[in-house]
Amino acid sequence: MSPAADRSKYLALTVLLLPSLAGMVVFLMAPVLSSLVLSFSQWDLIGELSWVGLDNYVAALGDPAVLGALRNTLTFILGYLPSVVLIALGLALLLNRLIRGRAVFRAIYFVPVVTSWVAVSLIWKWLLNPQYGLINFALGAIGIKGPGWLFDPAWAMTGVILTSVWKDIGFVTVIYLAGLQDIPEPLYEAAALDGATPWQRFWSITFPMLAPTTFFVTTISLISSFQVFDQVWIMTQGGPAGATSVMVELIYKNAFSYYKMGYASAISWVLFALIFAVTIAQNLLQKKLDRSDG
Amino acid sequence: MLRRTFTGLLLATALITPALAEDVTIKYMTFSAAPNYLKELDATIAAFEAEHPGIKVTYETAAWDAYFTKLQTVVAAKQAPDAFELNFENFVTYAEKGALADLTPLIAADTGFSTSVYNPTALAAFAQDGKQYGLVESFSNVVLFYNKDLFDAAGVAYPTADWTWKEELEAAQKLTDPAKGVWGDFAPIQFWEFYKTIAQNGGSILSPDKKTVTIDSPENVETLTWMIDKVNSYKVTPSDVEMAGQSSEDLFKAGKIAMLRTGIWLLGDFAANAKFKWDIALEPGKTNKAHHFFANGVAVSANSAHPAEAYQWIKFLTSSKAAVDLRIAAGWELPAVSDAAALQGYLDQPVPESREVVFQALDTAVVPPVIGNWNQLTDAVGKELEAAKLGQKTPEQALKDAKTAIEGLL
Repeated sequence: MSPAADRSKYLALTVLLLPSLAGMVVFLMAPVLSSLVLSFSQWDLIGELSWVGLDNYVAALGDPAVLGALRNTLTFILGYLPSVVLIALGLALLLNRLIRGRAVFRAIYFVPVVTSWVAVSLIWKWLLNPQYGLINFALGAIGIKGPGWLFDPAWAMTGVILTSVWKDIGFVTVIYLAGLQDIPEPLYEAAALDGATPWQRFWSITFPMLAPTTFFVTTISLISSFQVFDQVWIMTQGGPAGATSVMVELIYKNAFSYYKMGYASAISWVLFALIFAVTIAQNLLQKKLDRSDG
Repeated sequence: MLRRTFTGLLLATALITPALAEDVTIKYMTFSAAPNYLKELDATIAAFEAEHPGIKVTYETAAWDAYFTKLQTVVAAKQAPDAFELNFENFVTYAEKGALADLTPLIAADTGFSTSVYNPTALAAFAQDGKQYGLVESFSNVVLFYNKDLFDAAGVAYPTADWTWKEELEAAQKLTDPAKGVWGDFAPIQFWEFYKTIAQNGGSILSPDKKTVTIDSPENVETLTWMIDKVNSYKVTPSDVEMAGQSSEDLFKAGKIAMLRTGIWLLGDFAANAKFKWDIALEPGKTNKAHHFFANGVAVSANSAHPAEAYQWIKFLTSSKAAVDLRIAAGWELPAVSDAAALQGYLDQPVPESREVVFQALDTAVVPPVIGNWNQLTDAVGKELEAAKLGQKTPEQALKDAKTAIEGLL
């Protein structure tokens, strides 16, 4: 291709990309960069901005509220991540065997994914209501006195995790389904000829062949669960007694309730560093597993 | 040609003397008018514009939950409205940050106007270091609401001004009826209720100079214990789980709470929707009487291009007869004016009978111990109170931890 044609191709690409690129720069990159600058300063939106160097970071690392929020975020991840991945894998295996109605069930499981977090959180708040909620009613019917859920610090996080798993399961299921359909059928036929039990077929074929899918869904879910916020804000606002106070909720409070823009930005960057480190570690682990397989 | 010259002339005049050539438009931002009192706000603006030709008022509203985030953002973007509403707590923060215009010289220059038209306590709340940074617009307080029918049924005498916590508890025990789901007494266990209740036992959160934290005093431990015991030991107050997300005012309206400490902003709602006889009384205290006092004020932005006109508007909004009458007729909070005749319309309304209690409660008003990091203080203390309420910490420990948290904020 001639350089002129090249140039016109790039020009066309640039023009076509410009609208989304402009949006990215204005609404994503610029705020991200300014939050980096803000994280080294003190600013309450009204007054003058003053430079404080690393003070915000030093304060954040020693702040019991940050450590508490981090602990609660990790608790959330520990409850949420294995549940959503395992249940979705189970569902995907079931749906994959369905010859008829697979599309219908897939759609049903996907409905919560496309429902707004506000609606989902409000509905679950009602379901989890200790006196009038359906869940405690059902538990009562089989003779179990249900807990206080969102009003009880020991149970509030479980309530949030339940809600989140219910909402996100469809997304992970659909990705697993796609992964399952990519596994070549002859592998199973050969295994069956060799007399492999379904259990052996799962462990020797399905599970290893799904490894890239598993890696993808755990990475995506891990990143999003570090940023858990909407459901917490609507269902508990971090309560009771701080039992569900998570990182992003703390960032939001510092920024828009305490007006500590610099401090909130610093916590955001600490969170970013954490997610980045965990994702890198996960990536390395995955590569190592790949190598030991091959 | 002629027309062009004429236009040019007009344009030049407008550029040189903008104040003469066109109306001044004052931008106003409010939370208290939305969504229920927009009609009254429109009427107030119409009356103001009729009296002040050349000044126009436009407004923007935001609901209470979102108002301060919105205001903070427009102030940060240097797009602050000329005049805006502030509650007392946020007023302190804004005044400290230099976001408000000092009205003192404007008031001094305003011949024929005296600040004696305002309730002095309420007006003083909007001054700092001897400078008036806002005019008081309205106030509200919290009193003891009680369900007369439940008292009659249980054969208990109505609350009087002499009641202390002891009489309150005795009555509450007689009024509580678990079989019918009736609770004798209700007061929430949270920051706002706490700073008032400790004052009823002679306690405080900070020393008067706001330099020493006094929240962990023995009286305060005793008070918090009392608040929690009403739920856990005496069982005259429902717990959070028992309330299950229902509001105390809904339970009161349903005849499930006999005595409720809540705000006078509910008078209209209860008068219209409570299907039983009820009245209000002063709150019982332990060693002292103490009542909440909440005030809303209006301030002029430090960056307003038209501070004099903005001042005229907020003066009209807070003290003119037209505005005061509109407010009282609509029950849009209570104007903080000193003129008893103007407030008579409020007292004359038939339900509840003892409306004068609202004014009596002002004699023992307590204001919140506002500091710069106010929202953080309320969250930090609120969290400790919640931990004590849920039994995660003893009242002593919770207040000790609250003290440490506040000391970090001063």
